Amino acid sequence: MGPRPGSLDNSPPGMDGSPDFIAEPMERELVFELPNDLLCIEEAVEFVLARCSTCEEVARKLRLNFRVSLVEALSNAMIYGNGRDPDKRVRLEVTMMTGRVTARVTDQGTGFDPQCIPDPTTPDNLCREGGRGLFLMRKLMDEVHYNDQGNSVTLVLHTAGPESFRGEARA
Amino acid sequence: MAFQVKRGEGDVTVVDVDGQLIVGNRQELKQTVLDELEKGERKFLVDFTHTGYIDSSGLGVLVSLSKKIREQGGELRLSSLNEDLRTLFELTKLDTLFRIADSREEGLENF
Repeated sequence: MGPRPGSLDNSPPGMDGSPDFIAEPMERELVFELPNDLLCIEEAVEFVLARCSTCEEVARKLRLNFRVSLVEALSNAMIYGNGRDPDKRVRLEVTMMTGRVTARVTDQGTGFDPQCIPDPTTPDNLCREGGRGLFLMRKLMDEVHYNDQGNSVTLVLHTAGPESFRGEARA
Repeated sequence: MAFQVKRGEGDVTVVDVDGQLIVGNRQELKQTVLDELEKGERKFLVDFTHTGYIDSSGLGVLVSLSKKIREQGGELRLSSLNEDLRTLFELTKLDTLFRIADSREEGLENF
């Protein structure tokens, strides 16, 4: 079961093409209530990316940084947060504004302490199968915030400005 | 089918990943390679020519398979990573764990 288009708030006010709004910060919001099903992650992420207004200079940031981080946040929520419980749901809220994209992923679990996740790039951890999701989010996004309970993560990607892509490993 | 197994040059088993290697299909790749390992194959090349995206669980399954193959005296190589995939391997330092070839042909050389 994929994301349900009927549950989306996909018609923000003020985006009817009126020139009066062009100079104002453009904001769009998408809200999903996803079933706790790993197979619906791909469809949900593709849906969001298709609705991110973009230009060439931010295309890679959205394709790599935002996409990877969003998939990691959703799969963490379903696997660890909701413990793979098919009766639980994951809430995804995406806000697109001029210069930044924000995604908040909230599960129905008890939360965790994000400070307890070890660095997966140390020699001791490099050969472990898991433990790279949060690391990638932190490397690829400009901001990663958890709520106090640890069951809701907010990802922020800056899509304007002269800085190079976050996480780009080349010189 | 997301994963296709072919015979490469000599005794190398080539696995093509079509589309994505993510949390939803990683077990399929794992089982595909483990089945071949059980049949006696020891040299594996996973080719990403037609792969757009890998997530952390996809990276993890490659780490796990590499370890299992090495334990059986074999080797897992990777080839044809696009720029995004290479970035993920470099960020996670997994580029130090795998032999990564620019092309399938290069990956098969001297295997």
